[in-house]
Amino acid sequence: MDLTLTQPEQEFRDEFRAWLGENHPGPAPQGGDQAQFEFEREWQRTLHTAGWAGVSWPKEYGGRGATLVEQSIFGEELARAKAPRPANVLGLVMGGPVVIAHGTEDQKERFLEPILSAEEIWCQGFSEPESGSDLASLKTKAVKEDGGWRITGQKVWTTFAHEAKWCMLVARSDSDAPKHKGLTYFLMDMDQDEVDIRPLRQITGEAEFNELFIENAWVPDENLVGGEGNGWMVAITTLMNERAGLGASAALGLANSLDELIELAKERGVDDDPLVRDKVARLKIGIEGLRMGALRALTATMKVGIPGPEGSIAKLQWSSTNQALTELALEIGGPEMLAKDSPWAYRFLRSRANSIEGGTTDILKNIIAERVLNLPKLR
Amino acid sequence: MDFDFTDEQREIKSTAHEFIASRFKPERVRELAESGQPYDDGLWREMSELGWPGIAISEDFGGQGLGTVELVILQEELGYACAPSPFVSNAFAGAVIELAGSDEQKQRWLPGIASGEERASSSLTSDDIAGAAQGSVVLALNDGEGARLVETGEASLERLDLIDRTRAYFKVSAKGGDSLPGEVNPAICVGMVAMAAELVGVAQKALDLSVEYAKERQQFGRPIGAYQAVSHRLAEMLWDVEEARSLTYSAAWAADADPDLLPLAAAMAKARASDAATNVTHQAIQTLGGIGFTWEHDIHLYLKRARASAQMLGTARQHRDYVAALVGLG
Repeated sequence: MDLTLTQPEQEFRDEFRAWLGENHPGPAPQGGDQAQFEFEREWQRTLHTAGWAGVSWPKEYGGRGATLVEQSIFGEELARAKAPRPANVLGLVMGGPVVIAHGTEDQKERFLEPILSAEEIWCQGFSEPESGSDLASLKTKAVKEDGGWRITGQKVWTTFAHEAKWCMLVARSDSDAPKHKGLTYFLMDMDQDEVDIRPLRQITGEAEFNELFIENAWVPDENLVGGEGNGWMVAITTLMNERAGLGASAALGLANSLDELIELAKERGVDDDPLVRDKVARLKIGIEGLRMGALRALTATMKVGIPGPEGSIAKLQWSSTNQALTELALEIGGPEMLAKDSPWAYRFLRSRANSIEGGTTDILKNIIAERVLNLPKLR
Repeated sequence: MDFDFTDEQREIKSTAHEFIASRFKPERVRELAESGQPYDDGLWREMSELGWPGIAISEDFGGQGLGTVELVILQEELGYACAPSPFVSNAFAGAVIELAGSDEQKQRWLPGIASGEERASSSLTSDDIAGAAQGSVVLALNDGEGARLVETGEASLERLDLIDRTRAYFKVSAKGGDSLPGEVNPAICVGMVAMAAELVGVAQKALDLSVEYAKERQQFGRPIGAYQAVSHRLAEMLWDVEEARSLTYSAAWAADADPDLLPLAAAMAKARASDAATNVTHQAIQTLGGIGFTWEHDIHLYLKRARASAQMLGTARQHRDYVAALVGLG
């Protein structure tokens, strides 16, 4: 057991920290509008030019081939420096890795470079109004025609749809097959009239997500990933990539928020209130518990390929801690915290989604029960 | 970065698991607890032959020269079996003498503590009810008269009859003694981390008993573990156990490798493990239902041990107040 960084890990950290020190673009404009997006796109170009986009991707595909610990360090450094996120986050974290794992050589040639450079933005078309947690029940239909497929259906919770060139879309290509077997993974060009994008206003007032109404959209054969009928398997890879991305860097993001909360408590003169102290300490312990669990899971993944049971709770730790943290800020901050433009009110409202997005708390508990504790399935 | 046991540590863990499972079978634990004299001299000798009493004591004094991580491995396994043993009290006293004692005190006491021949015990905080004072030759005390060593024969011991009968608890009082010149807080932190490890072991066993039962027990025509009211509770119990474990291991590592981090890490580990073990044992009884409320089922031994260890060396609430101070609330 050695929780210090090895020499190469330390060099990796120092190199990125130094680079970040010189190239940090400052805070992104907030509000989820075009200005913010363009800022984040420019930031990704800067990262890419210096070879810091796609750190987890193999070198042969333009990435940095970083180890899991290095990826974690990279995320931690970004969080520590409060750097903006890169614009094409879904392409980097999900799209690229899926193409690398399941794509053809032609697809790798065609799609990977523009993901890294943020020239082509990616979005994800998985969830549907009637298929949330039970994703495999989705109804969007793909009908075979000469040279390609016609897609019809509705998708929801699509981030960056307005900006995106490509949509990772799962659709039902065989309605007679069992529900997990009849799905195919498509890369759909968003630049066609058959795809109608409507913003979905959320409880924060902004529209971070969209709905897609798809009516006979066209996807040529060469844009299937992983072959007809394998959509579920390919989609699962994407979701696993999404979850593996959490962990130590999420803990550092929370640690930044906790620092702000502690300042707020002092400003409000409640730093000697025993209940506030108790809640702050619980948050600190939750954050360190998440960070240490993430590091344990990283080691296990590097040694045996999969994280141990500690890896399955990271998302639960993160979402519950972030929610409790923002609640406490409102509690101690007084009525002015509830002002419409209060950053804490925004964070409080936004955090309500944390226990839903990327796998609900309820579904994650099912997964822990069935796959970690090997309890019998309800179904 | 390598947050995992070394091969040698793994070996220690598996040896400990097998040894403890064979010597501290549930019926034996119960027999020892109900006898009123929970510590078995024969078992102590066997543990001494394995070198356990001196696991974290330096080789200069006849110990194995390993560290807090190894101590934590053993104590977690002992907690898993709810094993009645003076092990942790002896190790704790050894840490105090090694970290706060004079050369002379170390020479005098550590070899006996390390070999298991001359056991020690301690009472270093107001709620540290010496877990093995009787049968020990020396006590490390830290009360109004300061941190010092007192020979057991010079102290007055009052046996406490607590709900946890898997340990023998004593209230110790004494006058005078031989002052410990060093700082005792680092040793108290090591004791807290060892106690956190025990609580992790206790919680893990309570979870395992619950999961096993939830797979077997049928109601309304299916195993109760298939119902989300039960399975989600078990998932939350796993969360408790694993979060406490991650914090405990990292605190043990800090004790050995980065002592500046230890005060905060030890407080977080003890707070989290105390809450985890009390909560998981409560939830275990809920999962087991009526059978869990019977004297016959082992879960109450774990419930009571969890409660006792959670309330020794500082409660979760006290440690959280300290954590709040360390993170900037003064």
